[in-house]
Amino acid sequence: MDKFSFDVAHMLAGSLVLVSFVQLYQDRIYALLNVFALHAFVLALSVAWQAYVHDAPHLYVTALIALGFKAVVIPVVLHRIVQRLGIHREIETVVGIGPTMLAGMGLVALSMVVMLRATPEADPLAREDLAFALSVVLLGLLLMVTRRNAVSQVVGFMSLENGLMLAAAGAKGMPLVVEISVAFSILIAFIVIGIFLFRIRERFDTVDVRALDRFRGERG
Amino acid sequence: MALIFDLAVQGVQMLLVLALAPLLTGFVRKVKARLTRRRGPSLIQPYRDLVRLLRKEVVLAENASWLFRVVPYVVFAATWVAAALVPTFAAGLIFSWSADLIAIIALLGSARFALALAGLDVGTSFGGIGSSREVMIASLAEPAMLMIVFTLALIAGSTQLSTIATFMATGDVGLRVSLGLALIALIMVAIAENARIPVDNPATHLELTMVHEAMVLEYSGRHLALIELSASLKLLLYLSLIGCVFAPFALAGPEAGLSAYALGAALYVLKLAAGGFLLAVFETSIAKMRVFRVPEFLGAALMLGLLGTLLLFVSRGL
Repeated sequence: MDKFSFDVAHMLAGSLVLVSFVQLYQDRIYALLNVFALHAFVLALSVAWQAYVHDAPHLYVTALIALGFKAVVIPVVLHRIVQRLGIHREIETVVGIGPTMLAGMGLVALSMVVMLRATPEADPLAREDLAFALSVVLLGLLLMVTRRNAVSQVVGFMSLENGLMLAAAGAKGMPLVVEISVAFSILIAFIVIGIFLFRIRERFDTVDVRALDRFRGERG
Repeated sequence: MALIFDLAVQGVQMLLVLALAPLLTGFVRKVKARLTRRRGPSLIQPYRDLVRLLRKEVVLAENASWLFRVVPYVVFAATWVAAALVPTFAAGLIFSWSADLIAIIALLGSARFALALAGLDVGTSFGGIGSSREVMIASLAEPAMLMIVFTLALIAGSTQLSTIATFMATGDVGLRVSLGLALIALIMVAIAENARIPVDNPATHLELTMVHEAMVLEYSGRHLALIELSASLKLLLYLSLIGCVFAPFALAGPEAGLSAYALGAALYVLKLAAGGFLLAVFETSIAKMRVFRVPEFLGAALMLGLLGTLLLFVSRGL
């Protein structure tokens, strides 16, 4: 593969990691949703570039799914949900932004170390894709554990799934059926979570997940 | 003969940065004034201010020690040397072996240390606030700057600015996300270091949130002139640094003729004007942030620098 296409792939995957960090930095819920849409958009670009480089037309479908569902449909619906729940105030992070960022850097370093050790003789593009994908997955998990608001946890979950998509695009030969079914299961999960959000709000008058802990009697 | 010519070129560079620095400050002020629909002072107003300050007598506080009187000269000398080392219109000048990025950061760091001491020296509360805030900002900005230096050094294989600039001018660099991250981080650090708007307001003496101006509040006369000139030089230094690393167009080589030098100089002035214009637009479009949010701002710069370095390890050729 020539240098230029590798560089572009590297740049797009690197930007995905960067947007994950931008997500961690946001403390307002609308801004978080907008950044999530950007995340999905960068993912779509990255997958489309892989499709072009590997000459794999079915990856274009994956990119379209990412663009349609995740960059447009899900953020718009989440916007509506946030509006109806009336929670467009600040997100309460469990720990401050500084420690979160440092933890994120640690996770990125960890995933690089793991991937570089584990795949010394793999194709360089697949290798760096896997390293970036693992970082995005870990950063999504970090977003989920550092937020209390259920909507931002949903965003963390979705961005985690974006990382999986990147890994799948990097590994050559994943069948289209699998991708489409993954996309649909995500959509189903999203619908279920959406319904749950309203149930939680109905029951506890809040979408702060600490209320659930209190209900289970875990925290005074 | 060749040696004399080389020395002359280096001397021209030293004088050029000194002569252009107040003009750049004046230009930024002018653009900012025009953007807020004011007419603004003329472009050469900073020179007039300097001349006026040089003519005025120095008023010293009663309990000012020798340190207070020495610091303006130390700050000015360190900043001038640092600014003269950054390649402006030509790379590979006679002193460019000493133009190491880490050396430049160390020079600026010593200047800042001296200024913070001077802020504390007289014992006024404003000086103390200014010094403590300046040191807080610096303790966050310097690690971020070092991460940027690491990124650049890993890519170019050297911390010497002139080598980095020549390497960046060739096509070997390619498209690298780390460089983009380093550029954004460098801009954030430059804004914080030069006390520009989201971090500090350079145009006020009246706010409780001021940082740089609070430290130099007690200075007057020629001391103040030197400190203002060093502040302008520092702004010029950061703009030339960004220009020579990220836009190294038409930098004259080591054995270039006069025409190449002239072209480099013309482009350098254009780069400075573009940088100053962008800075003014950025400053008018953003509000100053609270002092306690500055660590977050600089933490983001540190994060970008660190991420840039980390991403290099999965890229091609390292």
